[in-house]
Amino acid sequence: MISPDTDWDGVRLHVVTGKGGTGKTTVAAALALALASAGRKVLLIEVEGRQAIARLFDCPPLPYQERKIAIGLGTGNGEGGDVLALAVDPEGALLDYLAMFYNMRRAGNALTKLGVVDFATTIAPGLSDVLVTGKATEATRRRIKAGSKDSPHVYDAVVMDAPPTGRIGRFLNVSTEVSDLAKVGPIRTHADTVAKVIRSPQTAVHFVTTLEEMPVQETLDGLAELQELTDGAIAPGAIVVNMARPALLSPDELAAAADGSLDVAGLAAALKAAGIADDDHLAADLAAELREHALQVALQDRARAELRAAGRPQYELPMLTDGIDLAALYELAAALRQQGAA
Amino acid sequence: MTARLDLERIVDDRRTRIIVCCGSGGVGKTTTAAALGLRAAERGRQACVLTVDPARRLAQSMGLTSLDNTPRQVEGVDPASGGSLHAMMLDMKRTFDEIVEAHTDPDRAAQILANPFYQSLSSSFAGTQEYMAMEKLGQLRHADEWDLIVVDTPPSRSALDFLDAPQRLGRFLDGRLIRILAGPAKVGMSFMGVLNAGFSMMTSALTKILGAQVLKDAQTFVTALDTMFGGFRERAESTYRLLQAPGTSFVVVATPEPDALREASYFVERLDAERMPLAGLILNRIHTSPAARLSTARSLAAAETLESQNDLSVPGTSSAVAAAALRMHAERMQLGKRERRLAEHFTSAHPAVPVAEVAAQPEDVHDLAGLRVIGQLLCEPEVSAS
Repeated sequence: MISPDTDWDGVRLHVVTGKGGTGKTTVAAALALALASAGRKVLLIEVEGRQAIARLFDCPPLPYQERKIAIGLGTGNGEGGDVLALAVDPEGALLDYLAMFYNMRRAGNALTKLGVVDFATTIAPGLSDVLVTGKATEATRRRIKAGSKDSPHVYDAVVMDAPPTGRIGRFLNVSTEVSDLAKVGPIRTHADTVAKVIRSPQTAVHFVTTLEEMPVQETLDGLAELQELTDGAIAPGAIVVNMARPALLSPDELAAAADGSLDVAGLAAALKAAGIADDDHLAADLAAELREHALQVALQDRARAELRAAGRPQYELPMLTDGIDLAALYELAAALRQQGAA
Repeated sequence: MTARLDLERIVDDRRTRIIVCCGSGGVGKTTTAAALGLRAAERGRQACVLTVDPARRLAQSMGLTSLDNTPRQVEGVDPASGGSLHAMMLDMKRTFDEIVEAHTDPDRAAQILANPFYQSLSSSFAGTQEYMAMEKLGQLRHADEWDLIVVDTPPSRSALDFLDAPQRLGRFLDGRLIRILAGPAKVGMSFMGVLNAGFSMMTSALTKILGAQVLKDAQTFVTALDTMFGGFRERAESTYRLLQAPGTSFVVVATPEPDALREASYFVERLDAERMPLAGLILNRIHTSPAARLSTARSLAAAETLESQNDLSVPGTSSAVAAAALRMHAERMQLGKRERRLAEHFTSAHPAVPVAEVAAQPEDVHDLAGLRVIGQLLCEPEVSAS
């Protein structure tokens, strides 16, 4: 096994969260591709039943079954390894849990028919969260030869496309959430096992954000909440800035564009030299676009600085104007890898 | 040709009593709701904005500094036309507590409020927030202090949760499992007979998974809630009817992104199926250009010409600025074109749904002046465009 020099050596469960609309699933998928370089095997887990991973990889809806969906990013160290995906739902996880720990698959089916799963997810989301995160931690711990501590892990890394920032603290804080409901008992023991993995250095929680006010605020709130809820026991990972737009002008030019002191006549002359002299207003209209660009760059810079104050490693992915397809995912994976995320 | 969504008419029409802004997370629902509320207030209506999860600075600009579950008057609204604006942020647990207190005697209420299952349900039930938002809407409407209520729906996993939550909770409370947990007295004998074998297997399984104490807490909770079943159902149904009533207008908000538009599409179909009054789609943050007459291809070609003719390594030269401006313009045109295509996807699937477009703003909105601009973009596109 080649141990790549990344910011997350030793981390095997990557939890990816982010505000809705920031591209959390895209980043989780790109991270999985980046981690699956050099023959490493990676599992990408979806937990919200949205089938967003299937759409992203353009494959049929994912079942509750680990299924190969892509090959990792190829690098100088060799070809990419397999990326598998799994859609975990509370019901499947409950049946799995019963079968695995109690050998009770039949009883599980009866429970489902009676609406027990619906009951659990309705009355106590903490219970369904523990089942879902339980599946992720099980995959993280799974070894090729079950039960043998010397046997290598089945997966070199597991990436979870987790619930959004607003819910992530509670979602991961399974042990406490469940202990409010169950002081003792098997589900409590299970929750404690799950919590042990989540609270170990093997797990890191990454936050995806765009450089806009609200996602940045939610990211900072999410980090603070994670720290507060778990007393720092769950390790925060990186902040992944998504859909960033590069500055196309120098700082002086940006300042001029923002305050309207840009040399519009000079711009018009340059346009004319390039063969564009349609009308008198074009240069002014382009200057207006540059002004918006300058305001946006300033906004992005403020957001970046606010994020940096959180003291987490920070990666940046560009806005891709053509949208996200498989090729774009590899492009983002390469960017993550190059910045040390994988 | 898709019709334009005339929001000005909806806001001005005194018969419009409720506007529901829905859509997936991160599309600008809260800002839209606040902008429509402000617009209505400054055009003479007594408006109230019910919001669920506003950005901090936006909330502050509206005077919403605490979650106190009561509408507060927003300062700085132009009173010239006699209107006013109130705003409130939803406190979901408090709203739930109030329902419990209103529907049962004090002893039983105290028992329910202290139950660990109630606490879990009221603070984190997937759907409680949605349900409570609708409950609060019902209360505000019933109070009749405002002639227009604009509500922003919670950022659910599925944008439809707020429609389903009341029924889901009702279904859950009426469910078979609940009846079993609530005790054999509630279950008919024949049903018990059929179920007997399965029942003991189930309780043993439940005990195995949850532990005996959890099962007991759940039973206590369910028995206590039992007295309120009717109340919950009735309220859920009356809120549902309120949403269907002619005074309600749904606006679906989406950004020109595949996920947001897919969700919007689903929403439009669902509202139609539920016979909810859909006003139209707000296509938010669309990229337009004041220099649209310069095409992507010409813009890129010109940028290349400049780059080949001049030494652009000297920053500050007009040629360098012009080349950057042309590249940026090309990118913006390309983005706009892609967004246009995505929007056409939606409009060709739903040709009868009117659409209003709002151009992307370079900066976030966090004060009344910003909301006023958005309100104008929403309601008076022809003025804003010029």
